[in-house]
Amino acid sequence: MDEIPQTAGAAHDEREQILDRAMARHHNSGDALIEILHTAQQLYGYLPAPLLKKIARRLMLPPSRVLGVATFYHLFRLEPLRKHSAVVCLGTACYEAGGTELLEGLRQHPGSGDWSVASGRCVGSCGLAPIVICDGRAMARVTADKLEARLREDHDRGSTGTDAGH
Amino acid sequence: MTGEVLAQTRDTERERQAGLRERIACCSVAGCLSAGGGEVRAALEKAVNARGLDGQVEVIGTGCLGLCSQGPLVSSAATRQVYAGVTPEDSAALLDGGAGRFQGRTLGPDHPFYAGQRRLILENSGRVDPERIQDYIAQGGYRALLRAASAMSPAEIVAEVKRSGLRGRGGAGYPAGLKWELVARHPASDRYVVCNADEGDPGAFMNRSVLEGDPHRVLEGMAIAGRAVGARQGYIYARGESPLAIARIRTAIAQAQREGLLGGRIFDSDFQFQIDLRIGAGAYVCGEETALLASIEGRRGQPVPRPPYPPERGLWGCPTLINNVETFANIPAIVERGGAWLAAIGAPASPGTKVFALAGRVARAGLVEVPVGTSLRTIVMDIGGGVPAGCEFKAAQTGGPAGGCIPAAFLDLPMDYDTLPGIGSMMGSGGLIVMDTSTCMVDVARFFMEFCMDESCGKCVPCRAGTVQMHGILRRLTRGEAAASDMSMLEELSRLLKETSLCGLGLAAPNPVLSTLRHFRNEYEAHLAGRCPAGRCSIPVPEPV
Repeated sequence: MDEIPQTAGAAHDEREQILDRAMARHHNSGDALIEILHTAQQLYGYLPAPLLKKIARRLMLPPSRVLGVATFYHLFRLEPLRKHSAVVCLGTACYEAGGTELLEGLRQHPGSGDWSVASGRCVGSCGLAPIVICDGRAMARVTADKLEARLREDHDRGSTGTDAGH
Repeated sequence: MTGEVLAQTRDTERERQAGLRERIACCSVAGCLSAGGGEVRAALEKAVNARGLDGQVEVIGTGCLGLCSQGPLVSSAATRQVYAGVTPEDSAALLDGGAGRFQGRTLGPDHPFYAGQRRLILENSGRVDPERIQDYIAQGGYRALLRAASAMSPAEIVAEVKRSGLRGRGGAGYPAGLKWELVARHPASDRYVVCNADEGDPGAFMNRSVLEGDPHRVLEGMAIAGRAVGARQGYIYARGESPLAIARIRTAIAQAQREGLLGGRIFDSDFQFQIDLRIGAGAYVCGEETALLASIEGRRGQPVPRPPYPPERGLWGCPTLINNVETFANIPAIVERGGAWLAAIGAPASPGTKVFALAGRVARAGLVEVPVGTSLRTIVMDIGGGVPAGCEFKAAQTGGPAGGCIPAAFLDLPMDYDTLPGIGSMMGSGGLIVMDTSTCMVDVARFFMEFCMDESCGKCVPCRAGTVQMHGILRRLTRGEAAASDMSMLEELSRLLKETSLCGLGLAAPNPVLSTLRHFRNEYEAHLAGRCPAGRCSIPVPEPV
């Protein structure tokens, strides 16, 4: 992790500029660190170490504080996501409705290589438990079969994933 | 905006709506959208357009209609009915009539799900599109702010809130008026108003539904609070996990600013108030007020000892009023209709209504609002329709990882702030999970302890190490590996955490254990003997000798 990940020319500049503008809008104030990290993650998909250093310099914060905040909060990622993301809700209602089994099934599924699989805390759709969020879209009353079909669908289509945000 | 413009906006919008033949409101909060509500709305809009009914029939999004488990829900202004399980194919029947199609999924106001409710916080569901400020104004919105800014002194507003007897809806139930008075009386020149929208309890979606469904109500409540305590700046601290709520708050703030309902010289008075949104990043502990303030200041969400309490020393060392979403949502009604009006609803010592997120093993799950003091039986059996056929009610869990369970023997107890602690539970912020005989209470205790263990911020040792130890014992119990001595250790650790933890997270972490020990000790003993009565835990069967 030596460099900030780059995409082709213009897009790269734009991301850097957007982040710079966001910091300027907050007067480069350390109080806005969490806001800035949100913006950075939205732009880059995750928070690479060199980016954290750059943010620390601009906000005049010790790098340890920036890394400390980035690792304290669950939603910040220090590693890039895979092509797809699945978040299995493990709130009380989803846990009782078998969320853990879905999570285990997904982790061990041979077709889940392209998927970042994680558990999440209550997404607030408890009436439709269990919930799995696939690429940002919530699936309701999920069963192992439904998940299986979803994985196969993406495999067949070979579609590109979108950043679910978290 | 002036008072005249507000009245004019209201009348114009009301007239416009009265001129419509039909206004169809599609529930547009997280639950129904997960069930396909977005597609239903799109199909309806298309069908209206195809029939050339634009200007006569309007399709809007709206706040939570309640019965989340049977979504997507759609309500009709013309028939005053709510339709459940609506699909895009139902569009034609909704527009052209054809009530027969909705047999068995039509809910009128006298349906048991709605009949037992008293909707105050959720009164605009079905009437207001959360993305249109005119809708909120048409229902009388921002009239309370007008009154607060032009016809009442700050002291009068505080007095009205005190008179209402409103207690903080975050869970602890501290009288809101007293808190407001503390901030208002503080001599410091800079003060802040903070709305705690970091609703992290698993199984709780009341606040996010209010923010997704009626965001202006919360903004208005906050602005009134700003006027009452002398603050010029407010913050809403919302969960990063609720992107829809965040989007709706952003839209609402921008609209209110454009209309001059936030900003400088509100209603031509000398009152100015700004609201900024701060987004959490997934740390449960940030629901604790001092941790929340640290997070707004851009630091790790780690609590600090209280006192001093935030009304004395809060954001950037200034006096800060922190209330939760539902508390602020009560304020416009209190200012508009008077504190005495609210005081007459609910239980004498806990007035008003409470929104519960009803979920788990219950026939009708969703968002319900009842007067405080309503019995659990009314909520679960009448409104919720009881547990599904073939199952038996065992307990209801309130207050999330900080709360406890209420067993069947206490079904008739009033749900209020003072009664529930007496049986080892608490009101909490409103999560209500129904459990039946297939639920293992030891496993539930383990589940909540795992949650607290993961979410402990690590600052104080009792919470950081104690939750790990307690979780280890509970895990051994659910695997049939526990020894009798583990039970006394579990109880001792519970006491230790309750007495020595720094903040509410650690202090309350043992509650689910203590509460299940109190009401379901037999299940713990069965696990010690290698048996899970609910058949949920996979305990290896000993080899026959």
